[in-house]
Amino acid sequence: MLRPDIESGRRRLSFVWLPTLPFFAYTILFLFLPAGAIIVGAFKSIDGGWTISNITTLSHEPYRRAYIESVEVSAITAGLGAVLGLGIAYAACRENTPRWIRSVLTTFSGVAANFGGIPLAFAFIATVGTLGVATTFLKNQLHWDISNSWPHFSLFTKNGVEFVYLYFQIPLMVLVIAPAIDGIKREWREASANLGASSFQFWRYVGVPVLMPSMLGAVILLFGNAFAAYATAYALTSGVVPLVPLLIGAYYQGNVLDNPHLAQAMAFGMFVVLAVMMLLYIPLQRRAQRWAK
Amino acid sequence: MRLRRPKIAPSAVVWLVLAALYFLVPLVATFLFSIRSIQTNKCCSFAAYTAVIHNGDFWHTLRVSFVLALEVIVISLILFVPTVYWVHLKVPRLRPVIGFLALIPFVVPPIVMVVGLLKVYKGAPEWFYNKPSGILAAAYVILAFPYMFFSLDAGFRSIDVHTLTEASQSLGASWPRTLVRVILPNIRAAALAGSFLALAIVMGEFTIANLAQFHTFPIFIQYIGETDPYQASAVTLVSFGITWLAMSSLLFIGRKRGGPTQVVGAH
Repeated sequence: MLRPDIESGRRRLSFVWLPTLPFFAYTILFLFLPAGAIIVGAFKSIDGGWTISNITTLSHEPYRRAYIESVEVSAITAGLGAVLGLGIAYAACRENTPRWIRSVLTTFSGVAANFGGIPLAFAFIATVGTLGVATTFLKNQLHWDISNSWPHFSLFTKNGVEFVYLYFQIPLMVLVIAPAIDGIKREWREASANLGASSFQFWRYVGVPVLMPSMLGAVILLFGNAFAAYATAYALTSGVVPLVPLLIGAYYQGNVLDNPHLAQAMAFGMFVVLAVMMLLYIPLQRRAQRWAK
Repeated sequence: MRLRRPKIAPSAVVWLVLAALYFLVPLVATFLFSIRSIQTNKCCSFAAYTAVIHNGDFWHTLRVSFVLALEVIVISLILFVPTVYWVHLKVPRLRPVIGFLALIPFVVPPIVMVVGLLKVYKGAPEWFYNKPSGILAAAYVILAFPYMFFSLDAGFRSIDVHTLTEASQSLGASWPRTLVRVILPNIRAAALAGSFLALAIVMGEFTIANLAQFHTFPIFIQYIGETDPYQASAVTLVSFGITWLAMSSLLFIGRKRGGPTQVVGAH
């Protein structure tokens, strides 16, 4: 019949996986080969020998600072994005909120989470840039100069980049967490209210623990999302905030040409940071899920 | 007495209003910015839009990106439809393996991918290394991996692959004929969903195109931003519109899926 794997057993050499070969070949050619080339290239010197000097160079400036800034921007936007996204998603999904709000929110989140890069940077420049619509409105109508008085906001700094990143981080969180929020049953909220719990207590003892496994996964996803982002920061800061992707990009723009292996080492370093995040995530996830047994 | 519908919670209103402000103000402001007059810096002039429409590079790069998107969609479908079909039909053991491989591009930053690709394919023939339809399309297919796989996987899970295949083959259809005439129409919605996601990705991808030095639509947006901020905000809205169109087409298909169009799957 059509399920030979059930009866074939071990004796017959099976070629049943053969039609999946093109997929595996493609993955090797365009995913594993490039990844392998980076790992090998990171440990090569210009004259072809093996070396770890590329990696040790990363611990010096400006590379060290780039990693720190990249991790900071990713962590802050992942954390803020997760909290704000959760709040918005919960507000849209909870009982008594009209159904259409939720469907509008998910549709919009689908668009905004995919709307990144250069256009996003331009939208914010047109809004809160030096000559932006909101900036000039606040200055002329309300006499509030956001760049020279509180909060001393400038789009072209680290805070500015983080502010813009939230535009795709929050919607991603909404998309990821909305299904998990449906798992919080309305009855739980009523039951805890009947037992005299405040809203804070409900979240502290019921809501957050239930959502924790999904929250952790989402934060990792958001971290990786911000860590990989290149175009938005490229258009905003033109190198003022030295993030790792911007430094790598600068090599290929012809600014620095001395050692291509250094760019590969930086890319390898990004791999390492993401791998460390995953390693942190696994025990945390196990802990968060313990109660669910 | 009639029961009245309970009111929406006040804290929910606060959250939603703040969210609406943060997400809508930049869009409205970009529009207001784009209709500022270049000479007077005041409202209202559609000069920026006229200039964009008459800009040859706008149409040229838009076409490059769109053709590229079509190519990526075709390659992805050729790669994934038979694979996912076969896995569901004969080797379900491989499904988690392929799912895992398809997820990897989610965690590999595009900047890392392009560094690796440029190194590996530096000596490749001209038609591959120097044409967007070569190395760039190859990279974008990888970026589309997770979206294609999970759309198609969900599509194949919702149909009865075994019954359809047996029925088709007992009527004398060959493998290719079964795939194209029987299976494909049944997973059309899933294939379309994956395609629209791929379209959205290709029309907006900047990192790889920039480092590999190809002139796609996002590169044009970046270029125009350096020369004319008003045109830049007009093109920004065009780009947002493209993403919006792709995503709402996706939702439209999603709503139709599972409706009366889907008759197959009954045992």
